[in-house]
Amino acid sequence: MNGLKFSTIAIGVGLVVMAFAAWLGLDYFYFAGYTILQYIVLATAWNILGGYCGYVNFGSAAFFAMGAYSSVALHKFDAVIDTWFPDSSIAPVLHAIFPLPIPILIVFGGIVSGIAGFGMGYLTLRLRGSFFAIATLALAVVLQTLVVNWDFVGGSRGAYIIRPEEIQFAGITINYIVYLFVLMLILAVIALATARAIERSQLGFGFATIRDDELAAEASGVPTLRLKLIATTLSGAFMGMAGAPFPYYIGYLQPASAFSLDYAVNSIAMPMIGGTTSWIGPLVGSILLGSLQQIATVTISSAVNLLIVGILLVAFVIIAPNGLVGLVQEHWRKRRRP
Amino acid sequence: MSALLHVDNISKRFGGFVALDGIDLEVQPGERLGLIGPNGSGKSTLVNCICGTLRNEGGSVSFDGHVVDKLAAHQRTHRGLARSFQLPRPFHSMSLADNLRIPLLYTVHARKGPLRSAGDLDARCHELLDMVGLLKKAKQLPRDLTQVEMRKLELARAMAAEPKLLIADESMAGLSHSEIDDILALLMRMNERGITVILIEHIMSAVMSFSQRLAVLVSGKKIADGKPEDVVQNPEVVKAYIGQ
Repeated sequence: MNGLKFSTIAIGVGLVVMAFAAWLGLDYFYFAGYTILQYIVLATAWNILGGYCGYVNFGSAAFFAMGAYSSVALHKFDAVIDTWFPDSSIAPVLHAIFPLPIPILIVFGGIVSGIAGFGMGYLTLRLRGSFFAIATLALAVVLQTLVVNWDFVGGSRGAYIIRPEEIQFAGITINYIVYLFVLMLILAVIALATARAIERSQLGFGFATIRDDELAAEASGVPTLRLKLIATTLSGAFMGMAGAPFPYYIGYLQPASAFSLDYAVNSIAMPMIGGTTSWIGPLVGSILLGSLQQIATVTISSAVNLLIVGILLVAFVIIAPNGLVGLVQEHWRKRRRP
Repeated sequence: MSALLHVDNISKRFGGFVALDGIDLEVQPGERLGLIGPNGSGKSTLVNCICGTLRNEGGSVSFDGHVVDKLAAHQRTHRGLARSFQLPRPFHSMSLADNLRIPLLYTVHARKGPLRSAGDLDARCHELLDMVGLLKKAKQLPRDLTQVEMRKLELARAMAAEPKLLIADESMAGLSHSEIDDILALLMRMNERGITVILIEHIMSAVMSFSQRLAVLVSGKKIADGKPEDVVQNPEVVKAYIGQ
């Protein structure tokens, strides 16, 4: 199956999801669905570095938050144009451009986090294993401290983003949550298609050699440092893109929620539970875990979420260390060669 | 004729320990060189410095007429320097065929441009596996292999990069006599195809039958270099191996 065919099928599945949502006619479905789609993007992004290359990133929340805060900064910028550029000819031009539409914000968030990913890669990729993981965790702490002290985006008080009720599209009025849901759906399709394309390319083979044995990879001619930088940049960029629309979704963003442990833990747990060696793993893991969390939030309490993740993670590490996908593959292999 | 590999006075320290102390070594194209020395004499460190896994502190390494000191390991592989590891380091999540695909994708393509189609790539992987007698296991994972098969895979992967010089780092340690003969025959075949081979080995019978020339390292210094028969008679070599 080639990339175009795959994308067509993925978009088809997306449309079916949309049709189902419309048939349900329930706004909450979009609200919950958005979170799950966001986790599909995050988990897929994490897996590009963590699953394909074997570098465990504990700082996913930092990249996510960077995307979210780049949106906040650009949103706030709209309000200060007149104060920053009084009586200048630039102001009307800026007013025409701002506020930026969300797809542009997503691109911005991706660029910001992608650059941060590249920087993190450059600074830390000579570290291996747990040392790399600790360094990424430290990055998250440093960035959170920076944001807490950055008054323009609200500092520790947080920032309110008042989203419009609805948006006009070619004469059609769409509920804003539905709009965000559709954007995230498109982003999820792009992320999955990218991950899948990598997996089957020369790049994917190179990533796998880094995971298996870096010395042997270098000896076989694989430029490991360059590939690792590609992976951190791509992974960071997708996390930032997942974070960019978040302030509009949540309405009020504060550092503690943007840098929340949930994102770091979930973006590790979802690929682990689904399986880290293929693009399907993070997809399965985030749908499963994401839905469970949404159900738990409604029926029990949102505080149960991390407990669920913890228990499932421990169970999977013991029972199926290669995740659900690994479990199925193992089953097939045994059936083929009894 | 100019040397293919020219190691000029290189040294390497690990903290206070001097692992290599001013080593000079020349290898001519097409030659079969044996490199021996007691444990800890610096053989593997020398290989690592030649291949770029470690950086030498003094002196320089030239390969094929170019100084390669500043090049990363993968760039040296692209230039035609290949090695096998003392302990086999296969890519354990990939099938044997895919293990060989890596140097084809990354080294042969980098050198010649991506000329090969997917079919050609598969064919080449199978050809290489056939050469080392592992064709039947092409789709299996390295963990299904025996020790000797693992060594063969290691050599096949080094071969896949189409090297000018192959450094085989103790590819026979722990093998039985017939298995050693297998590996020796394989290395001979590679040499017949025009590949220069440096064999690092403890098993003297293998080294003696294979090498055209023998170099001996002791405590980071080269103490002998010459015809195998002469080198093993050298009193210093005898002293290093047997003691006084």
